[in-house]
Amino acid sequence: MLPLIFTAMVIFLGGTLWTVVYSFTKSGLLPRLTWDGLAQYERLWSSRKWIVSIENLAIYGVFSLIGTLVIGFTLAALLDRKIRGEAVFRSIFLYPFALSFIVTGLVWQWILNPELGLQSVMRDLGWQSFTFDPLNNPEIVMFGLLIAGLWQGTGLIMCIMLAGLRGIDEDIWKAARVDGIGTVKTYIRIIIPMMRPVFVTSLVLIAAGIVKLYDLVVAQTSGGPGISSEVPAKYVMTAMFGGQNLGQGFAASTMMLVMVVIILIPWAYLEFGDKKHG
Amino acid sequence: MTIQNPSVSIKSLDLSFGAVKVLQNLNLDIADGEFLVLLGSSGCGKSTLLNVIAGLLEPTDGQIWIKGQNVTWAEPSERGIGMVFQSYALYPQMTVEGNLTFGLKNAKVPKDEIAKRVARAAEVLQIEPLLKRKPGALSGGQRQRVAIGRALVRDVEVFLFDEPLSNLDAKLRADLRVELKRLHNSLQNTMIYVTHDQVEAMTLADRIAIMKGGKIMQLGTPAEIYGQPQNLYVADFIGSPSMTFFDGAVNGATIDIPGHDLPLGRYAFKDRPVDGTPAIIGIRPEHVMTGDNLASAPYKTEVTVDLVEPMGSDTLVYCEFGGQTFRIRMDGQAQVAKGDRLTIGIDPAAASLFDKTTEVRL
Amino acid sequence: MADLAMQNATAAMTQPLGQTLAAGPRGRKPKKRLSRANIIVYGTLFVMAMYYALPLYVMIVTSLKGMPEIRMGNIFAPPLEITFQPWVKAWQEACTGINCDGLSRGFWNSVRILIPSVILSVAIASVNGYALSMWKFKGSEVFFTILMIGAFIPYQVMLYPIVILLREAGLYGSLTGLVLVHVAFGMPINTLLFRNYFSSIPEELFKAARVDGAGFWAIFFKIILPMSLPICVVALIIQVTGIWNDFLFGVTYISSPDRYPMTVQLNNIVNSVQGVKEYNVNMAATLLTGLVPLVIYFASGKLFVRGIAAGAVKG
Repeated sequence: MLPLIFTAMVIFLGGTLWTVVYSFTKSGLLPRLTWDGLAQYERLWSSRKWIVSIENLAIYGVFSLIGTLVIGFTLAALLDRKIRGEAVFRSIFLYPFALSFIVTGLVWQWILNPELGLQSVMRDLGWQSFTFDPLNNPEIVMFGLLIAGLWQGTGLIMCIMLAGLRGIDEDIWKAARVDGIGTVKTYIRIIIPMMRPVFVTSLVLIAAGIVKLYDLVVAQTSGGPGISSEVPAKYVMTAMFGGQNLGQGFAASTMMLVMVVIILIPWAYLEFGDKKHG
Repeated sequence: MTIQNPSVSIKSLDLSFGAVKVLQNLNLDIADGEFLVLLGSSGCGKSTLLNVIAGLLEPTDGQIWIKGQNVTWAEPSERGIGMVFQSYALYPQMTVEGNLTFGLKNAKVPKDEIAKRVARAAEVLQIEPLLKRKPGALSGGQRQRVAIGRALVRDVEVFLFDEPLSNLDAKLRADLRVELKRLHNSLQNTMIYVTHDQVEAMTLADRIAIMKGGKIMQLGTPAEIYGQPQNLYVADFIGSPSMTFFDGAVNGATIDIPGHDLPLGRYAFKDRPVDGTPAIIGIRPEHVMTGDNLASAPYKTEVTVDLVEPMGSDTLVYCEFGGQTFRIRMDGQAQVAKGDRLTIGIDPAAASLFDKTTEVRL
Repeated sequence: MADLAMQNATAAMTQPLGQTLAAGPRGRKPKKRLSRANIIVYGTLFVMAMYYALPLYVMIVTSLKGMPEIRMGNIFAPPLEITFQPWVKAWQEACTGINCDGLSRGFWNSVRILIPSVILSVAIASVNGYALSMWKFKGSEVFFTILMIGAFIPYQVMLYPIVILLREAGLYGSLTGLVLVHVAFGMPINTLLFRNYFSSIPEELFKAARVDGAGFWAIFFKIILPMSLPICVVALIIQVTGIWNDFLFGVTYISSPDRYPMTVQLNNIVNSVQGVKEYNVNMAATLLTGLVPLVIYFASGKLFVRGIAAGAVKG
């Protein structure tokens, strides 16, 4: 139990408080307890790179949430249709989850390589005007990351959704058939509303993962082209260990903490508030 | 018995999952307005049969006819059936009213027609005050009524019940059982009801089909099933506690079991065997005579009481008889104790005889 | 209706019931193999399977081609001439900065990090879970709650304080330091896993053992541990894949490229700006790095699914 108490109190609680406190100081190369008020936060929010990071995270976040939920649920629903080769399909959809974001980022960097990858293959096939070069186009670079992110992460959500679908009473399906409700309508009107807790859990998992987005960016784009695929976690790392600008790192990481809290509070409310109302 | 214009007719039905035969060459005609109970222990195929009738499972071979239509390939919603499930299977996020109307709205039934049907179902089942509530806020009994209501609003001729009372506690189960009987009396629909509870089967059914291993072991009225079980399985299955069985042999006017030659008297043989045929006689605990009834008994003997189980309304007495532990049901007031000598009377006319090899009633 | 009655009547007269069937549908409804629903279901699954399977395929074929073939060719085409040279080069010669002794160094670093981290994590987490479920003391739930909330805090918030802690302990930059970090961050999920598993063990068993006079450790080693093999395997899978795939902690707490774990070294090899890009070597290196978790994934099957369903909390 001692390691647990140490980890909980010193590393998690102590470390978090330490960082929050030092985010209000003039720490530069080394942490210093010189009070600086909100100056670090003002600098942070006037930094172009930070704003881009936040915008990128928002774009990636929205599409990743929707994409993961839609793809994850669709795949789970298809696999739940008593199909042949379910185990094979499931293994294929899930294996990327076993791989690291570094591996994920590097593979997709290669596939999206404009001279030798997907784009050139499509052009060689005769589609001369085909252009898909997200990793060199600041406008759509986040979607290049999204393709890789969805590839790695949807399998997990599919698994959770599939477990949720399997947990639904078979009689519900029978009742819907006797009532003459079509399959798609049954999913939309009956099954999905019944799976609300599963969706909420998935949402929290995906959201928590999005805030942490870092390795994938480092491997796939290194934040480029320019700063067009920077994300908050990377901003923190650069400020702390690259730029020797600890105060900025602390302020930025505190903002990340705030984001997580914003995600978790409504969830905790839904999860634990609901039980009282039945 | 041939039923004219059967409401539901099952013809040469086979169903196998791979090599496992779940239903084997089943034939069953159910009359219009009949309450038929499919009774059996778990795995006997009774629920499977109901699902095939509903169209939720496909048979391997054979046909299902409902109301003179061959519905073997029809969708469940097109068969003119309503179904009630053990787990209620209500749509949890819809109100009771939503549950009742969802299927109808989907089938594009006119609004005023829906309202009329819901009002009638709510009245019959006394669930008017619940219409705006969600299933989560209802008790088990209320939920099951809503589930019946969902079948009712479909305005169909045939109702299918899949162990509808099994999830309820004993008292509620008894109450709803009575209500179901009333409902059937007033609606006069055909009802097919699956259960493993013989009390439900005996009390509700016009006819009972006892199933085992995908076959119907006996089809008959509750009285026939109880009084003249056609084979050893049915004899053992029905009755609680069940019959005590003795090995013996038919010998002229008696059946000889170890230590006793019981006079057959007025036993109505279906098929009288030659003398010496090995047979089994089954005697129900409640058919053993004691006290005042003894006078009419064709055979009397004395036994020693081994064990007494007072159950309030009656008393179960265990004793040694014919090389077996023999169960006797006496009335609740009976004053007996372990070690008492007790005179009992047996009338084989009320008993059941079976061929030892074929296990079929003699 | 009348027809049916006639039919029944005749059937009853001439034949035992059920021997003849009226014409019309019987048995299973014949299904078209290529029904519209089937085309949609299998079509979608197939297309999606392509999306998921393609990168693995591309990794494999690219790593088996020579550079000339890659330059002229199609990324999806199978290799015309299979060569294992890229694999050898990735393992033995690939360069990060001035070091050119290949990915093998990163591999062995990762192994040296992995083994103690995994053993320590599982050992600590199992005792934690046991204590939390069977020997509750005042405040134990509070510590546990803080630990679980900690699992949701972005790691970046805690990175620097840990640098200070490690530096004070003289472990900053060392493999030992990194091992301790992995143990700490693996603790929430593994503790939760063991706690929930042990909570499902009937309490009577525990009470019976105490009546028999067994103490904390005796109960743990004689009764609890022998029952917890499946959950140990699940914890093992989570930890091995998690630690092997880590990048953030490796890059933060290891100061010298000599000691970088495999993921960090891989990223440095592939994303190094010097020299000509050798895509075949890069893909061989990427595959090599992914091999350990892939082997675990395909070998563990259902347990992996169980592990990630539980490990999902880790995010």
